[in-house]
Amino acid sequence: MEDQVTKIDIRKDENIVYKRTDLLVDRPLSYCPGCGHGVVHRMLMETLEEMDIQDKTIGVSPVGCSVLAYDFMNIDMLGAAHGRAPALATAIKRLWPERFVFTYQGDGDLAAIGTAETIHACNRGENFVIIFINNGIYGMTGGQMAPTTLPGMRSSTSPYGRDVATMGHPLKITELIAQLPGTYYVTRQAVHTPNHVRRTKKALRKAFENQKRNTGISFIEVVSNCNSGWKMTPVQSNKWMEDNMFPFYPLGDIKVDGQLVPKKETAEKE
Amino acid sequence: MAKIKGDIVINVERCKGCEVCIAACPTSVIAMSKEVNGKGYHFAMKVNDTCTGCINCALVCPDGVITVYRAKITTE
Ligand code: SF4
Ligand code: SF4
Repeated sequence: MEDQVTKIDIRKDENIVYKRTDLLVDRPLSYCPGCGHGVVHRMLMETLEEMDIQDKTIGVSPVGCSVLAYDFMNIDMLGAAHGRAPALATAIKRLWPERFVFTYQGDGDLAAIGTAETIHACNRGENFVIIFINNGIYGMTGGQMAPTTLPGMRSSTSPYGRDVATMGHPLKITELIAQLPGTYYVTRQAVHTPNHVRRTKKALRKAFENQKRNTGISFIEVVSNCNSGWKMTPVQSNKWMEDNMFPFYPLGDIKVDGQLVPKKETAEKE
Repeated sequence: MAKIKGDIVINVERCKGCEVCIAACPTSVIAMSKEVNGKGYHFAMKVNDTCTGCINCALVCPDGVITVYRAKITTE
């Protein structure tokens, strides 16, 4: 049925310009349809492949939706206790300084239970990469309010919207850790459009190149959707994310080469 | 005259029907099927022959199910 519209056949191996990398295990991802995790997994694996460091890299997976990241990434990985990925990554990197080490964490893992580990690893200036997926909700456990849930945003534990007077303010942990001397590169990206995907991949490349030079923490936040938790279709959730998440979590570099980027340049113009 | 032609192949059984690829395509190549795959998802399919091989759809597909081809072809 697809083939009826193809008039000239160019489907030959030598004409392939894009295909799923073999560093992703050939099995279906466990994520919901339209979830940004899959794109970040793929960009991460492509980056390791292009740098040819896949057999020198050790990843640390979190607790949360991406708890099974080690099932999909065909590299050496360890699973950390909830929130402890930066502590585990610290140990790995110090024992094997020549390996490339990253953590892959969601907002519940990194910015709630793991806040102490995140902040202290960043403050110590450990030499690994932190990839932080922020969808403003606890996706895996049923869409509860997270530290990063927006003011007024509905979740299963804030059904009338997050009221900051009683539930506190969302935590901009990325801006927070950018202030610490141990972070070298801090950026906020997204993966819902082709150009954002390309930018995220560039950021990943930069982060792993930094690690080669032992510069300290490179921290990449990816603002992502949780269409199941937000109770929207994937396409609606991406629109909602642009309209609501990006004004609060503006995209762009926050700290580059150890220097904070002046505020007005941080907000990305689309 | 030489021109660039693209083509895509969608791994239909792995597609989760999220429709994110449709908005990413600048030449409206993709639409959703009426039928469903083995998992019960309506899947993405090629409905136009206007693909340029820009890889946009494949980049945004969360499940990485799109393979993109591009070739220079000569037409009279
Ligand atoms: S490769 Fe580009 S033109 Fe072809 S279907 Fe994908 S997005 Fe559309
Ligand atoms: S983006 Fe991928 S999973 Fe979603 S509908 Fe398109 S081909 Fe299917």
